[in-house]
Amino acid sequence: MAATSAALSASATTYRTCPRSGLQFERNAELLMKFNAVTAVVALLVGGILAIGVVLTRWPAVHWLAADTFYTVLTAHGINMLIFWMIFFEVAVLYFCSSTLLRCRIATPRIAWLAYALMLIGAVMNNIDVFRGNSSVMMTSYVPMMATPWFYLGLILFAVGALIACFVFFGTLVVAKRDKTYQGSVPLVTFGAIVAAIIAVFTIVSGAIILIPTFFLSVGLIKEVDPLIYRTIWWAFGHSSQQINVAAHISIWYMVAAVVFGAKPMSERVSRGAFLLYIFFLQLASAHHLLADPGVSTEWKVVNTSYFMYFAVLASMIHGLTVPGAMEVAQRAKGYNKGLFEWLRKAPWGNPTFSGVFISIIGFGFLGGISGVMMGTEQLNLLIHNTIYVPGHFHATVVIGTTLSFMALTYFLIPVLFKRETIAPGLAKIQPYLFGFSMYFFCLVMMGAGTLGVSRRHWDMAFSGAALAYEWPGAAYLMMGLVGIGGIAAITGGALFIYITVGSLLWGKKLDQGVVSPRFTPIPPTAPTAAAQTYGSAGFTAPGTFVLAMVFLVAFVLYYFINWKYLAQLWGLS
Amino acid sequence: MSAILPPAERLWWKHPLDRVEAVWIAIAFAWCMVMFLMMVFWHVYGKQNLSTETYKTTPDKFAAKAQAMVDKYTVRTETDEKIPVVHPPVGSDIYLTARLWAWRPILELEKDKTYKLHLTSMDYNHGFSLQPTNINIQVVPGYEHVVKITPNQSGQFSIVCNEYCGINHHTMVGRLYVK
Repeated sequence: MAATSAALSASATTYRTCPRSGLQFERNAELLMKFNAVTAVVALLVGGILAIGVVLTRWPAVHWLAADTFYTVLTAHGINMLIFWMIFFEVAVLYFCSSTLLRCRIATPRIAWLAYALMLIGAVMNNIDVFRGNSSVMMTSYVPMMATPWFYLGLILFAVGALIACFVFFGTLVVAKRDKTYQGSVPLVTFGAIVAAIIAVFTIVSGAIILIPTFFLSVGLIKEVDPLIYRTIWWAFGHSSQQINVAAHISIWYMVAAVVFGAKPMSERVSRGAFLLYIFFLQLASAHHLLADPGVSTEWKVVNTSYFMYFAVLASMIHGLTVPGAMEVAQRAKGYNKGLFEWLRKAPWGNPTFSGVFISIIGFGFLGGISGVMMGTEQLNLLIHNTIYVPGHFHATVVIGTTLSFMALTYFLIPVLFKRETIAPGLAKIQPYLFGFSMYFFCLVMMGAGTLGVSRRHWDMAFSGAALAYEWPGAAYLMMGLVGIGGIAAITGGALFIYITVGSLLWGKKLDQGVVSPRFTPIPPTAPTAAAQTYGSAGFTAPGTFVLAMVFLVAFVLYYFINWKYLAQLWGLS
Repeated sequence: MSAILPPAERLWWKHPLDRVEAVWIAIAFAWCMVMFLMMVFWHVYGKQNLSTETYKTTPDKFAAKAQAMVDKYTVRTETDEKIPVVHPPVGSDIYLTARLWAWRPILELEKDKTYKLHLTSMDYNHGFSLQPTNINIQVVPGYEHVVKITPNQSGQFSIVCNEYCGINHHTMVGRLYVK
């Protein structure tokens, strides 16, 4: 015993092998993951409470908050959800995909703690500043509308911390390579995380390029930041940060397919190739926000808004097929071969890790993906720019896509990383359905209201006090009422998630932590098996998924052309 | 053997594609090209393409041009604030100013005639949202955006500001008539 503890202190770290998953957690990395994930959930809680204020104010019959409070709450809701919740969680995912999946120690744990501290200080500073009410500038903070210097400083500190965390992740990949903890290529999920981290570096650098001058402007060091240049570069930060989410949550989809079904990717080449397309083209999407702007040329808009020629859309359509396809192949290998959909019927629908991811895949594709391509089409953007259609779309991508995937992963992490039994398993079973389906509804009615023209970021659709008020059609009021109802249902689903996760960490039954060793156990080389060779270009291994993909395509094509028809009726513009 | 382990075959990039994947990639790629070409096609054959004609401007310069138009072509005023209603000649340059928290002046246009609408903001970003037609254009301070518009319906239209511009954002509504 004494010898073991001496060895432990000498090597400075230990490796725990989880008895439930077989995953190996290094002590420093494990603690860092826990802190980042828990902080993320706190940000989700804050953002969720603020969401109540947002939906109950936009619900016309309730119209709860005063205008100034509403804009403060909306600013804080956006920043806490889109930045703090997502990025804290993503840092935990990056550490997981490097240290845990590659079974190595985390590089420079002290610097990783510094990264965490900077992110935390930045997040708290920004929140305090927004809640004091002088920085109700929305997440986008378009100049020349100015927040206080603390607002920008908080975001800058947070971004520096996140950037450091990305480099800790890259360093950890180097450690794994040097210590030979694995052979051959990194796992697909780690590959996806690398893509997310590369996009994150681009994103954060863009943020620095525009937020640092804006900070100088706010303290009076410089005189002007051009409003159009601000919008252009800010969106290279603002939109790209959502692309980090896409790369991260798609990695999680593959991970969940692997842990729930033991699924392997249908083809490594296709899935990795699709991730590679993200690196090349996903960034261009910041152009989506400038389609209705002056000063940017048509050619620039067309090329960028289509991610060069929709190559990033192609990548997402590929992942949308290969993730459920991998599940189908794994299920069929287990004998669920009847008809097109037995594999899906016999899937573990009661396991929130699976159901959350599946609801996420379908919602991200059908609601988020199709609406995103429609509104990202240069001319069609005129129909919906700055309407509530836009938040309708991005709640489908970042809430149904990212948040729900993160929630699903959390159900897996509670026993594995936090070593606790999930409390209230019955509630956990229904939570992804309640949250996911109410978000489906919420997004749909928001898009409906947006199609009727209702503005986003708008306190009063009755225009009280306006000299020339406009009367929205009754359908718009109906849609916004439904937005309120759907929003409250989704918030209830979110609250359930917080209750289950926080409750499990506090009161869940402690689980066996597994064997702790002072040395890592390398990943054994996997011999190519006969099964791996049995399918190839000759097969048609996932017919059910292919049918689902065709349904998706038909929906996509119809919706796309319906909008062109709608556009064709508008006033002539040239 | 799974996505969380290194690929079993070291030469994974030589692994053949499954036909499901190959067919889907081909279909998805074709659809992506259709969507890309659709935007180009609409620039050639479509009637709704947002102009990108833009000039740098200042509030003073723009206000002077807008005022000249108002002085020359005002036909009446509306509301207690005496907002001028301007009926400019067909085909002329018309000016719409966005500022906290109003759109000025009220324009009166003729159906099926083309005008060159100049848009700018005097202060923050604003959003030009023509209702109930649903045409939405970003209005950025310091830039004069010239958009050719051809109204194809007559009636009374509202211009709602749909870019957040401060506490009275919700009162920023303008008007436009088409005869």
